[in-house]
Amino acid sequence: MLVEAGHFALALALGLSLIQFVVPLWGARANDPVLMAVAPTSALAVLGCLAFSFLALTFAYVSSDFSVLNVLQNSHSAKPLIYKISGVWGNHEGSMLLWVLILALFGGVVAVSRNTIPMRLQANTLAVQAAVTIAFLLFILTTSNPFTRVVPAPAEGQDLNPLLQDPGLAIHPPLLYIGYVGFSISFAFACAALIDGRIDAVWARIVRPWTLGAWAFLTLGIAMGSYWAYYELGWGGWWFWDPVENASLMPWLAGTALMHSTVVMEKRDALKVWTILLAILTFSLSLLGTFLVRSGVLTSVHSFAVDPERGTFILGILILFIGGSLALFAWRAPMLRQGGLFAPVSREGALVLNNLFLATACATVFIGTLYPLALEVLTGEKISVGAPFFNFTFLPLIVPLLLLLPLGQTLAWKRGNFLGTAQRLYAVFGLSLVATVAMFAFTYDGPVAAPIGVGLGVYLILGSLNEIVTRSWSKGNSLAVAWRKASGLPRSAWGTSIAHAGVGLTVIGIAATAWGVEGLGTLKTGERLKAGAYEARLERVVPRVEANYREDAATLTIFRNGQELGTVDSMKRLYVTRGMPTTEAGIMTVGLGQVYASLGEIQPDGSVGVMLYHKPLVLLIWLGSVVMAAGGALSLTDRRLRIGAPVRAKVGPAAPVPAE
Amino acid sequence: MTRKQRRLTLIGVAGCVLAVALGLVLYAMNDTIVFFNSPADIQAKSVQPGTRIRLGGLVKEGTVQRGGDQQITFEVMDAQASIRVNYKGLLPDLFREGQGIVAEGMLESPSVFRADTVLAKHDENYMPREVADTLKKQGHWQGEANAAPKTQ
Repeated sequence: MLVEAGHFALALALGLSLIQFVVPLWGARANDPVLMAVAPTSALAVLGCLAFSFLALTFAYVSSDFSVLNVLQNSHSAKPLIYKISGVWGNHEGSMLLWVLILALFGGVVAVSRNTIPMRLQANTLAVQAAVTIAFLLFILTTSNPFTRVVPAPAEGQDLNPLLQDPGLAIHPPLLYIGYVGFSISFAFACAALIDGRIDAVWARIVRPWTLGAWAFLTLGIAMGSYWAYYELGWGGWWFWDPVENASLMPWLAGTALMHSTVVMEKRDALKVWTILLAILTFSLSLLGTFLVRSGVLTSVHSFAVDPERGTFILGILILFIGGSLALFAWRAPMLRQGGLFAPVSREGALVLNNLFLATACATVFIGTLYPLALEVLTGEKISVGAPFFNFTFLPLIVPLLLLLPLGQTLAWKRGNFLGTAQRLYAVFGLSLVATVAMFAFTYDGPVAAPIGVGLGVYLILGSLNEIVTRSWSKGNSLAVAWRKASGLPRSAWGTSIAHAGVGLTVIGIAATAWGVEGLGTLKTGERLKAGAYEARLERVVPRVEANYREDAATLTIFRNGQELGTVDSMKRLYVTRGMPTTEAGIMTVGLGQVYASLGEIQPDGSVGVMLYHKPLVLLIWLGSVVMAAGGALSLTDRRLRIGAPVRAKVGPAAPVPAE
Repeated sequence: MTRKQRRLTLIGVAGCVLAVALGLVLYAMNDTIVFFNSPADIQAKSVQPGTRIRLGGLVKEGTVQRGGDQQITFEVMDAQASIRVNYKGLLPDLFREGQGIVAEGMLESPSVFRADTVLAKHDENYMPREVADTLKKQGHWQGEANAAPKTQ
């Protein structure tokens, strides 16, 4: 019964979204506050319906209602509760429902922040948001209904793909979706501005927190996914340039660019047209990511089903929204007033470069991801574009960006002095150089790239902290005064520095992978395997039986330079229901590095294939991302964004400078 | 600087970055891309030894030999040809005789392939897409009948 109610709520949400789309748009056109006020109300109603629908599906999972096809295919009564819940979005239909729910959630937040957003902008934004909701609700209801029943209901379910039975999966998709879908708000604001034909610094101030929030979540989501792939797949890699990973990296790169260009627009009223275009492109890339992952164009763990009808439908949505918004852009953008001027060497100029490099890097990822698909469709030739391609094209575009980052952060607005800025960074240059040389000295026979990469990371961290130091400390002042000044700096300044330092941490983590060592061997009980300074001794292999799987667990004792550090368990599992084997890596964290042991086949004579890795500083890759997201979050709490920005007037003609 | 000069500077810089990026992409396209081949393709196209390729096909029954230190030899076949593959490393969980796999590595001679990666993806019904296509083309496809229980 509840399941049918959930299905009905889904259909009701579609109807309400239609109202949310048509009425406010009309109201904004006719300048009718009553009609515009329909927007927030209907947005909240849509949110309510979708939340109910999602809860209904969750209930079906928790209560193991196998008369629902979706539950039958992806759940099992013996599965732990947390995976029953996370299983809701561990499949195509449920994850699309989560997608729309998050979309509605963002709409709901826009609806309740009516004090900070001018009414007309809010009405138009929610209308655009509703258009996206309608498209995806139609998609769910016609091709991917999660509430389909099975008669007669089987007694037991088919279980969730074991790779997805992991705490990582419980958090990875929601984080990623909040990021992906969060960019729909920037998109909706951009379209609303285009519909209205006016855009200014106030618009940028309203949009910036949304972009920032979505970006922070996407950062966490990508980092989470990367860590999950690292420990679950047992290959020891953390990024494979897999199309599915690229699908989330592209909106991240575009979103990072958008976040920075919005700053220019807010502070200097410049780069308007570009910012609007970027907002459209970022969400378009989110949609493209959804298409790549959901349509089954790419065969991987992520495409839960291969169904051409779904692919065509999402492709239709893609063309409609990207085409539609770009057409709107082409039609209305020329009407936007040109903004403030700035010299090429200035903070604005640096941010333009940032945008240029990020957008170009994003384009190379785009080509590398879609070219094989296009080539196969056109010629039937099958190729694979892997890490070598991306290392060759992506890195040369990102490294100059990173080198310029501390400089740009230090440059003055409007007109900067390059030499003066470089002088302020002398200490930073010096210390990073020392760090690089010291690293070379320590690892004189190691790979060359690693010390340089570490030096770059140190340079980024020091460069971003330098900004805080020079703004709060001057010669002759006591530390107490400096501290007071530093804590008085706007939180957005702190947020910027912390996020940039996070980039530095990630860079160090990535560079240090070059120092990783590995060892491969077949071990009998008591035998040892070496990887650099680390050694593993196989203690025993024990079979175990758990609720929904059975496994052979190998216990390994880890030594460093002959000194015992402890033991790790690495497992070969067989998930009984699906008959699917998986490998669980045994991981020991030593400082910021990890010792990682992965099992191969267990031979009849009891010997085991073992791959042992030592990965120094590997945790920095993900910690850096968390620091980046934390910087973003801190920036969000800035007074300027928290308190209703000084909007000149609530509604109407008196508000911001109109476009010509 | 006038607005026009500024715009020209911007366009100039953007043009340079884009040109460099384009150059990198075109160069990488020539150099880093790996073609997919089945054993029959290797014979038909007479792929040069020393070329890096992705090889896809079925693991021939009864050919898997395990040497010391995780040195593994097996044959990958399609309907028309087969090729010996040497690999040192851990095999993926779903590597079995009769299963479809994709191996990436270097062709050493027309009949010997040295793999540095072996993939057998993550699903019991899974057949690497390229392998499935090849088998369909050659009329040896039976996968769908077996995969049927996983209804949609």
